[in-house]
Amino acid sequence: MNIRENIKTLIIKKPLKLDCGQNINNFPIAYETYGSLNKNKDNAILVFHALTGDQFVTGINPITKKDGWWSYAVGPNKSIDTNKYFVLCANVIGGCMGSFGPSHENPETKKIYGTDFPVITINDMVNAQINLLDFFGIKKLFAVVGGSMGGMQVLQFISNFPDKARAVIPIACTSNHSAQNIAFNELGRQAIAADHNWLDGKYNLKNTVPDKGLAVARMAAHITYLSKKGLQEKFGRKLQERDDLKFGFDADFQIESYLRYQGSVFVDRFDANSYLYITRAMDYFDLVKQNNGNLSNAFKNTKAKFFVISFTSDWLYPTQENKEIVIALNAIGANVGFVEIKSDKGHDSFLLDVPDFLKALKNFLDKSYLDK
Amino acid sequence: MKPEFKIISDLINENSHVLDVGCGDGILMEFLVKEKKVNIRGIEISKTKVQNCIAKGLTIIEGDAEADLEQFPDKSFDYVILSQTLQAFLNPEKVINELLRIGKQAIVTIPNFGYWKIRLHLLLKGTMPITRTLPDEWYNTPNIHLCTIKDFVFFSKNKNFKLSKSIALRNNLPSDIKDSNLNIKNLSSNLGIFLIER
Repeated sequence: MNIRENIKTLIIKKPLKLDCGQNINNFPIAYETYGSLNKNKDNAILVFHALTGDQFVTGINPITKKDGWWSYAVGPNKSIDTNKYFVLCANVIGGCMGSFGPSHENPETKKIYGTDFPVITINDMVNAQINLLDFFGIKKLFAVVGGSMGGMQVLQFISNFPDKARAVIPIACTSNHSAQNIAFNELGRQAIAADHNWLDGKYNLKNTVPDKGLAVARMAAHITYLSKKGLQEKFGRKLQERDDLKFGFDADFQIESYLRYQGSVFVDRFDANSYLYITRAMDYFDLVKQNNGNLSNAFKNTKAKFFVISFTSDWLYPTQENKEIVIALNAIGANVGFVEIKSDKGHDSFLLDVPDFLKALKNFLDKSYLDK
Repeated sequence: MKPEFKIISDLINENSHVLDVGCGDGILMEFLVKEKKVNIRGIEISKTKVQNCIAKGLTIIEGDAEADLEQFPDKSFDYVILSQTLQAFLNPEKVINELLRIGKQAIVTIPNFGYWKIRLHLLLKGTMPITRTLPDEWYNTPNIHLCTIKDFVFFSKNKNFKLSKSIALRNNLPSDIKDSNLNIKNLSSNLGIFLIER
């Protein structure tokens, strides 16, 4: 898959010490921008993507030819209005859309890294992306925003760089990955590892792909992004292009067919080893532990204005986990707003057309932009 | 705008740190920002009203005052305001204690159930009173712990809260409540406004 042509890349020369102890340098960060940076360079919003996202936030993704993952929220006159703001998004390191990741060649061995790639963390991801600010000459972002793993990066970013953003919007996320979420991620990783084409991560050398394992990982994860009610209303027990049960193991039910489809399209755009690395980074994320058990300490040096958003039907990153962030911020008198959006669309609500969410996001951003 | 907002504003120092509990659409919050340049937060249980506050650029936390005040540290606000909401709580005493824990002072306003029109309504009609400040029927009212100005004064004395300021509102006109005029204010006023501290 030659994807390099449509990808803007910044080579980071400055060495970056990863949490695992290794140093990396001369590594690429792939990014995309929307809208334009104003004269004062104070209208930039850094968007962080989730597990399977990439830098192509909105418009048509030049690689997949589909709508960008946050097309509902980002674009002209949308919640994150690209007529007004300069939107910047980078592919995370460990990813597979151009940033330094396990599908890259190891300059020392001239072989693709595979599982020899260093284990990266959410902290490493944001420490890599901060270089984009220097590149664009941005002293302070207007806002950092992201959902799910993007929200974790938002929290880590403002903890690492307390004066680099005015507004901070973590959405549908957590300050530390729960046992349940680690469990789901492990299920996905084991599905990949169980595929005999995975070859301990060296599948690139043999020109094969563990697509069956990756598809199962995606199917399992996809269920966690929806809600029981949402699934029941959309699919119920409806049958797939047949009048009756076939007494076999084909996809009799629409939900089966839907999940199989989700799995199959995913393997075309995502690298199995990246899936391992990024889920690992999420599992390792623990901003509470990083701050010796007191989450408030992560935010004590920032004057930024926070807006935490959760969704009623999100059982992957439930309201209570989002509220813990709010509680930690209130404990130090930080400027924090919080809203729980009513939606049946589960964790995926932040990616979908959920008008109350899109309205709250737009109003918060547009009003916060005015108070300088 | 509720007539009591101007009186609340007069009780508050400029540039102070304020929490409005049950802030509704944020009308009082906006007024206090304009009048007193306060640094103000709101807490509100209704999702629709939370959205309205966000649209006004107010810092608002969606939450239930009976459960969510716990997260604020002791004396983290100069004033905590509770405007005509006390009667809707399951445990008003607990809420008042929380207000006085997180605020250096609390401002509580109550619809006065001792107001003569309410007494007359019950006396003559024999049904639960419905007024402008208490517009709901008995079976759907959120107001489950109604009290009179006198009740609130006695309650504060009992609990050793200091009433730094007690104001009665009658036809939108404020007057001070004193021990000497308590009975008459309790009869003639539709609203009580109290500045409390411990």
